[in-house]
Amino acid sequence: MDSFTPVASTLGGLLIGAAAAGLLMFHGRIAGISGIAGGIFRRQPGDVTWRIMFLAGLFTAGVLGSWFYPEAYRVEIDRTSLALVAAGLAVGIGTQLGSGCTSGHGVCGIGRFSKRSSVATLSFMATAAITVFIVNEILGGAV
Amino acid sequence: MKIKVGAFLGGLSFGIGLAISGMTQPAKIVGFFDFAGNWDPSLGFVMAGALLVYTPIYRAVVKRWHRPIWASSFSLPTRKDIDWRLVSGSALFGVGWGLGGYCPGPAFTSVGARSQEALIFGAAMLVGVGAYQIFTRLREARIEEAAARETSPVIDG
Repeated sequence: MDSFTPVASTLGGLLIGAAAAGLLMFHGRIAGISGIAGGIFRRQPGDVTWRIMFLAGLFTAGVLGSWFYPEAYRVEIDRTSLALVAAGLAVGIGTQLGSGCTSGHGVCGIGRFSKRSSVATLSFMATAAITVFIVNEILGGAV
Repeated sequence: MKIKVGAFLGGLSFGIGLAISGMTQPAKIVGFFDFAGNWDPSLGFVMAGALLVYTPIYRAVVKRWHRPIWASSFSLPTRKDIDWRLVSGSALFGVGWGLGGYCPGPAFTSVGARSQEALIFGAAMLVGVGAYQIFTRLREARIEEAAARETSPVIDG
């Protein structure tokens, strides 16, 4: 457990929770990243710009982070481009079919005591654990 | 204008939170699920921290507020049913999350940090999101069209 970061992770989590709470208080919206992204493609009038601005904020956090805190973006797992493409497609289609991701179901949904989000979170946590087990224990950690 | 700036600041602080918490490092995501190897419980602390802030605020806001500060009404999920789409879609998302080590939020932020891995993952993710949404919209339009045909009066000669 040499990489365990309880303090930084809790502090970061508090900030994530505050950002999600801000989106609720000011915009009346759920801070689910996959839902925010998916809505752009539905192109409902008046419902696109705030989504693009929110995602631009996420992107800008990365731009700033790469200057001040580049260690936060290290990739230390061994993945081929093919594995990354397969993973991206699975996340893209899966989150739209399942109506949410870690933020929408895992944080906002559980915070709202939603049964749907609790079931969804159990589902994606279970398959993520199975996938990591297969990759690390059977395939030797590289795919 | 304030809505746009507000949404931007929301995304910005969300992304900074992701980076501080370590969630933009795929190894920490994979580590959380690596029960058989070098387990890293950090992700659990991130979710606990986020829930600690979000849960009481959510409860207080939906109970006492009639509307959000900048919008005329809340846009909150209303569905309660557990269907196969929810379970299988989430299962598919979990496979991709465990495989790539990115979920949607960290993917957008890491693309901003010009991570090569996140760029490949994120491009494929957007293709998946876009294809699903466009396909769904076309299907809905077809169903609506069929319904309109059925209810329109039949004209013979």
